[in-house]
Amino acid sequence: MTKTRASGRTVGGLRTLSLQAPAVTLLLLWMIVPLGMTIWFSFQYYNLLMPDMAGFAGVENYEYLLTDPALWRAMGNTLLLVGSVLAITVIGGTLLAVLFQQDFSGRGIARVLAISPFFVMPTVSALVWKNMMMHPSNGVLAWLFESVGLPALDWFSALPLTSIVIIVAWQWLPFALLILLTAMQSLDEDQVEAARMDGAGPIAIFFFITLPHLRRAISVVVMIEMIFLLTIFAEIFVTTSGGPGLATTNLAYLIYIRALLDFDVGTASAGGVIAIILANIVAIFLVRMVAKNLAD
Amino acid sequence: MTTLGSKTAPPRSVAGWRSAQAKRAIITVLGWSVALVIFFPIFWMVLTGFKTETAAIADPTLIFSPTLESYQAVQARSGYARFALNSVAVAFGSTFFALLIAIPCAYAMAFLPTKRTKGTLLWMLSTKMLPSVGVLVPIYLIFRDVGLLDTRTGLIIIYTLMNLPIVVWMLYTFFKDMPKDILEAGRMDGATTLQEVCFLLLPLTLPGIASTGLLSIILSWNEAFWSLNLTSSKAAPLTAYIASFSSPEGLFWAKLSAASTMAIAPILILGWMTQKQMVRGLTFGAVK
Repeated sequence: MTKTRASGRTVGGLRTLSLQAPAVTLLLLWMIVPLGMTIWFSFQYYNLLMPDMAGFAGVENYEYLLTDPALWRAMGNTLLLVGSVLAITVIGGTLLAVLFQQDFSGRGIARVLAISPFFVMPTVSALVWKNMMMHPSNGVLAWLFESVGLPALDWFSALPLTSIVIIVAWQWLPFALLILLTAMQSLDEDQVEAARMDGAGPIAIFFFITLPHLRRAISVVVMIEMIFLLTIFAEIFVTTSGGPGLATTNLAYLIYIRALLDFDVGTASAGGVIAIILANIVAIFLVRMVAKNLAD
Repeated sequence: MTTLGSKTAPPRSVAGWRSAQAKRAIITVLGWSVALVIFFPIFWMVLTGFKTETAAIADPTLIFSPTLESYQAVQARSGYARFALNSVAVAFGSTFFALLIAIPCAYAMAFLPTKRTKGTLLWMLSTKMLPSVGVLVPIYLIFRDVGLLDTRTGLIIIYTLMNLPIVVWMLYTFFKDMPKDILEAGRMDGATTLQEVCFLLLPLTLPGIASTGLLSIILSWNEAFWSLNLTSSKAAPLTAYIASFSSPEGLFWAKLSAASTMAIAPILILGWMTQKQMVRGLTFGAVK
């Protein structure tokens, strides 16, 4: 980029800045204002039902939240949910990517069918699974279980968190598949062929060539999924409402209960700060990785 | 499935070719079985939408007389069109504004880069990492105080800001791939920045802009955290409308299915068309 153009206009920071200003300003506001308010509220007594009680609370909201067994239950559920879904989608996605990379009749259509659940809105997937699939008497799964002689399962009362994991994994497995399949296409066929000539079997090729090639894509999948999965909300909202008890309440749902059902702004904000910190731990790694890629 | 396998059964003479064909048959069966199992809930939902409510909760069967009564009932009883219109307005509105704000920004980043450009891009990406639940309380309170709760405008604002980083990022990668000489030539001929963008950049990168827009539409259409928390009846888009089926469990499966099918069909088709760009946008170019 030269400093002046043929037209005589000067080029530099000013024009760049003015063109970027709207986007940067809006995003800055979008980030700073709510974030600042969340942090501010988290140190205040602020309950919409008790307007008289107001003022600086110090760390009391955090103390209240951190000593509440509900928080630890919610944290545990969040970790279980994120961990299980990650394990299923990453392992399943890798295997499926290998499968759908093979040449077979109608592969294009089969791929399209397999990635479809990712484009289904979360409220639809959750309700279709809850009613038509997992309903204890009329669901397809109950019918399947009974036809092989097993007792039908009341999924959401017997295995509430597992049910949520199944629904969320169904939505995110296609995401992992889509990303890993894309990454797979840049795999060097000659290298695979050479390994085969040297007598490597399909399993050896998978572990020593395919998997190392996918490493970077897998870590991207893990981090992006983590950021979304940490705050799964709609799927819980329309199926279990966090119950039975607290069995399916994750951090996001707990904050929602505190804020919009209990109207306890202070505690909810403290929960929000905790969620932000958790997400940022993941985000740092992701941003670093993207930055490295941007430099190439 | 099995007929597919046997149809490709090879002549017995060439053993190597035969085993390759057998392997191909196994992979075909396996690939299709997996795809059909994953797709099954969507298939079943579409099917249930064409059943009567009684047939919907009966034992699973593929044989039934299809009816459109659920589709009619969904519109007649709950006014499906109103929610669909909200979804369309919010998805297209937010995409329009996101593109409007992002195009100048991405243009500057791609063609007039400074040493801060990379940092700005990464910072934009990092705003996407802020979990929405972390800012639910302040956004809710601000919306309540300025009267944006349950309005389309409110959702459009949120979705515009939510998708802005991805839109800027994607446009930037498309603009960067464009040869700089063309813009330079236009400038030589005395084009202003605005003319340069409108008559050279936009037409030349239209496919990229279109797929960026589609991604933004898909993300807004399917968004269910803000729509559930910030709307109730007036401005509720389809995500929130479908959620209203969650309370009377087991009674309205056919209607739920009909409404859901209409709600996901357009996005499913858009999604199939934009798979590749989707990967680019969702991974911020980290996976190519």
